[in-house]
Amino acid sequence: MAHLAHLARMAVSDEELDTFAGQLDVILSAVARVAEVAAADIPPTSHAVAMTNVFRPDEVRPSLPREDVLACAPAVEDDKFRVPRILAEEA
Amino acid sequence: MSDLIGLTAAETAEKVASGEVSAVEVAQAHLDRIAAVDGKLNAFLHVDTDGALEAAKAVDAHRASGDQLGPLAGVPLAMKDVVVTKGLPTTSGSKILQGWIPPYDATISKRVKDAGIVMLGKTNMDEFAMGSSTENSAYGPTANPWDLSKIPGGSSGGSSAAVAGFEAPLSIGTDTGGSIRQPAAVTGIVGHKPTYGAVSRYGLIAFSSSLDQAGPFGRTVLDAALLHEVIAGHDRCDSTSIPQPVAPVVAAAREGARGDLSGVRVGVVRELQGEGYQAGVLASFEAAVAKLRELGAQVVEVSCPHFEYALPAYYLIAPSECSSNLARFDSVRYGMRVGDDGVNSLEEVMSLTREAGFGPEVKRRIIIGTYALSSGYYDAYYGQAQKVRTLIVRDFTAAFDQADVLVSPTSPFVAFGLGERVDDPMAMYINDLCTLPASLAGTPAISVPCGLSDGLPVGLQIMAPALADDRCYRVAAAFEAATDRLVPPAEVLA
Repeated sequence: MAHLAHLARMAVSDEELDTFAGQLDVILSAVARVAEVAAADIPPTSHAVAMTNVFRPDEVRPSLPREDVLACAPAVEDDKFRVPRILAEEA
Repeated sequence: MSDLIGLTAAETAEKVASGEVSAVEVAQAHLDRIAAVDGKLNAFLHVDTDGALEAAKAVDAHRASGDQLGPLAGVPLAMKDVVVTKGLPTTSGSKILQGWIPPYDATISKRVKDAGIVMLGKTNMDEFAMGSSTENSAYGPTANPWDLSKIPGGSSGGSSAAVAGFEAPLSIGTDTGGSIRQPAAVTGIVGHKPTYGAVSRYGLIAFSSSLDQAGPFGRTVLDAALLHEVIAGHDRCDSTSIPQPVAPVVAAAREGARGDLSGVRVGVVRELQGEGYQAGVLASFEAAVAKLRELGAQVVEVSCPHFEYALPAYYLIAPSECSSNLARFDSVRYGMRVGDDGVNSLEEVMSLTREAGFGPEVKRRIIIGTYALSSGYYDAYYGQAQKVRTLIVRDFTAAFDQADVLVSPTSPFVAFGLGERVDDPMAMYINDLCTLPASLAGTPAISVPCGLSDGLPVGLQIMAPALADDRCYRVAAAFEAATDRLVPPAEVLA
């Protein structure tokens, strides 16, 4: 559980881990029923109405104004998104 | 209660077009209703009083200058908060997007505005559309206008309650596993999930991309059809949008209203009834089938043996796709950021933000989806679920050889009590039992009121083949014409 939460980059409290663990057991054993049917020769369906090679005209259209986009960002610096440090101190 | 709020959308548009009432008067009547009752319902997360009155004024000005008005011009609408609206707060029911003001309009928002429809505000919903009761909203639950202690359905519960409670004649919902049809059923209104790809998903905050589909709510079948024709149609901004003409749903609703279903073959799905369904729901459903027969329909029983696997398949596919889609909430470009103290790394900030910003159901689904997609488990879970999807499509194909439409109850239950199921995810998931097959197959389905059980509304689900949305509307309109309209007891919101 803690590993999955880490893969999803989502901290989870011990209390939540306890609640989820039992619930996920129940849910996963219920959904595992998909293994009862669907033999190897059944092709998968990813989208209900299959479409391939969807093209559209390659037209230049204006982007959203930079200030409108940055106005929604949690942190901005020099007209750019500001992010917390990415590399470790010693790197 | 003003007479204007009791009108259907079609009647309202007619009165505005003829000049009998102004769009501003109509908008004001609904804003007054919202001010009077939304404290009890909590259907709206944001009411745009100024924007609504301005849009209404524009419609009146167009009319005054002799312009031809669209078929829904001047009609108020409530928009589900999962749909992005330029300049209007959009949260998708989540704390992680609190305060976000989108810099662009979803295609649906644009089409609604271009049609002269007056957007009153944004409606409450289960966080990121995950839920069947609207109790997963970060902003508190919405109540059912039939009984304030009951759920309004979900995830589009704000949109269903707003229409059932006369706060708006129309609203937009989205349906991934039943989130339009089940709320419509439990609040006694009409809700349609279009064929996947019929309505653009551009600007719809993604939950499960291969299933998400927006659609209309109305108090009548014709109203839902009129809104369907406004929002449907090809959009090059959505690569899964179907490049074909919109099904003639308004004409179908008008034809159906004549009440003749001679020659229509109606298939009753054997697997969508029986054990686990409330007796009152089954009784209403059986009476509805008898009514369809009276209207001239030829009723046959059909079997769809793989429908019982729809629930497990859905609860793998939807969480898998959501775990991927919700990765975009990374605390960088929009939404909240937690723990940015100059010491924590980007990854730590991301992780703390997502812990603080997401509610329990969203976390559960992200974890299930991450598990189902992880190396070594993909084939057993996601891969198998996609094969089940094929089997369900085949069941539908075989059933539609025998019948033009299929029918079932929309939900196994009437509205249950707020708080009753919040601690039991499986008890909540079972709400979707009847709606999931059409979601997985991408086929259209409508819910139309079919009576009361214990004083609460029951819905009849009518399913049709892909692209044949008009069949749903035709049969629903015929049924509606032959039954009494359900109106919630006035004292609930008095």
